[in-house]
Amino acid sequence: MAAYGIDVDILIVGAGPAGLAAAVAAKEAGIDNLVILEREDHPGGILRQCIHNGFGLHRYNEELTGPEYAQRDIDRAEALGIDIRCGTTVLSVEADHTVTAVSTSRGLETYKAKAIILAMGCRERPRGALGIPGSRCAGIYTAGTAQKFVNLEGFMPGKKIVILGSGDIGLIMARRMTLQGAKVLACVELMPYSSGLKRNIVQCLDDYGIPLYLSHTVIDIEGGERLTGVTVAKVDEHRMPIPGSEIHFDCDTLLLSVGLIPENELSNQAGLEISPFTSGPVVNDVFESSVPGIFACGNVLHVHDLVDYVSQESTEAGKAAAEYIHRESFDGKNVQVMDGNGVRGTVPQKILLNEEKKVNLMFRPSGVFEKAQAVVMQGDTVLVKKRAQIFTPGEMVVIPLDTTKLSGEEPIRVSIEKV
Amino acid sequence: MEKQIVCINCPLGCRITVTMDGNEITKIEGNTCKRGENYARQEVLSPVRVITAVLPVEGSSVPVSVKTAAPVPKNKIFECMSEMSKANLKAPIHMGDVIVPNILGTGVNVVATKSVE
Repeated sequence: MAAYGIDVDILIVGAGPAGLAAAVAAKEAGIDNLVILEREDHPGGILRQCIHNGFGLHRYNEELTGPEYAQRDIDRAEALGIDIRCGTTVLSVEADHTVTAVSTSRGLETYKAKAIILAMGCRERPRGALGIPGSRCAGIYTAGTAQKFVNLEGFMPGKKIVILGSGDIGLIMARRMTLQGAKVLACVELMPYSSGLKRNIVQCLDDYGIPLYLSHTVIDIEGGERLTGVTVAKVDEHRMPIPGSEIHFDCDTLLLSVGLIPENELSNQAGLEISPFTSGPVVNDVFESSVPGIFACGNVLHVHDLVDYVSQESTEAGKAAAEYIHRESFDGKNVQVMDGNGVRGTVPQKILLNEEKKVNLMFRPSGVFEKAQAVVMQGDTVLVKKRAQIFTPGEMVVIPLDTTKLSGEEPIRVSIEKV
Repeated sequence: MEKQIVCINCPLGCRITVTMDGNEITKIEGNTCKRGENYARQEVLSPVRVITAVLPVEGSSVPVSVKTAAPVPKNKIFECMSEMSKANLKAPIHMGDVIVPNILGTGVNVVATKSVE
């Protein structure tokens, strides 16, 4: 250990649902010297601004709003006396487990942790990543920014709205803006299918008569100081605009809901191997990254559909970090997990061959597959199959794998095939 | 009369056709499973939704988020929003506090989903 800094057993970056669940699990596994560093002034993460209901159906068998779901984890953490340091921005995480953070209350601090759990969540893909031509006027926000304005700060970003992208936050905001008095003219999706949950299409668009334009995109943005309109066009199978299909909307606001990206600046800095498919750290089945003793869970690892699964995964990560401290390493042979046909970004990317266990393989289909099955193979041997009426990129697939079925260190491959 | 319903139980999103004779359902078609049938019946006979909203709080720079503690009829969503907005709220408010009792005579309370100090 270095002679300076604050010694902790486990340091967790982020007090959203992932960080809180990991902290509670680690504490319950006997780790007392544990701290969570949180950038915002309150714990709870993005759930604080998700005031709609539908959270917790799997975990609690009831429908909670985001703030209520978060409060249960916060209450649990507080009851266990977990030290959550809010208003604290982590500046760097190093591979040697040194963490530098800054806050107005305590200034610059250096921590030295035996294990680190990364739980920074994800952020929205911004306009700059899309390459939409047109004016750089005011009135263009990501859906999550608009959500923060409306739900946490209490003001509306506009009156006449077009939404680009049909991700869940965009759909949720279509309903929110409508209920709070704005007019949502259209939701425009580049792909021939929505990446949002069916429930949100029905309850956020259909319920309010908001049209969903599939295979369409925004091709022009007009306005001087403030947005005055957008032009939408149909796209062909190569996602190129079809001349003559343009539709013009007079609007003052464009919301973007075009994807979420795990927030891994700190992970990159620490030298963690990052998957090009998930944009999150490469991990083994105990959620340990390529740097021993640094773990990752929740949306920083891969973007989830449901917070219930974030909590479940993070509980496992918290337990594993505690175990790492007790045993000091997770050495041993492992099996690589590869993406096959129709599969993108399987997590974990490695399975440790240290004991018999059940491992959840999680991935997103790369397209829409009807009447198909997900298959896990090692060489020519089928380890497990899961049939479904439909697989879509909007819904993460989870396949439990019994490791007693593995033989040797040959990689396993997850794929989707027609039945 | 026929009504079209998109099922929300899974990503399949079955397009279900419900045939009605007055207020009686005579046929449900297009669903893949029993859950779809139940959902279609509910959606046609008495569709309900939980409503969530944010309301301003006097003496606080942040609004309070609220929900109907149980689902209310879908056709009362905007009426409920309008009724909620009449509430004269003052801090402090605690999560679970009743903001509007028995909204529009539905028997459902509107409750706070966060605390505002």
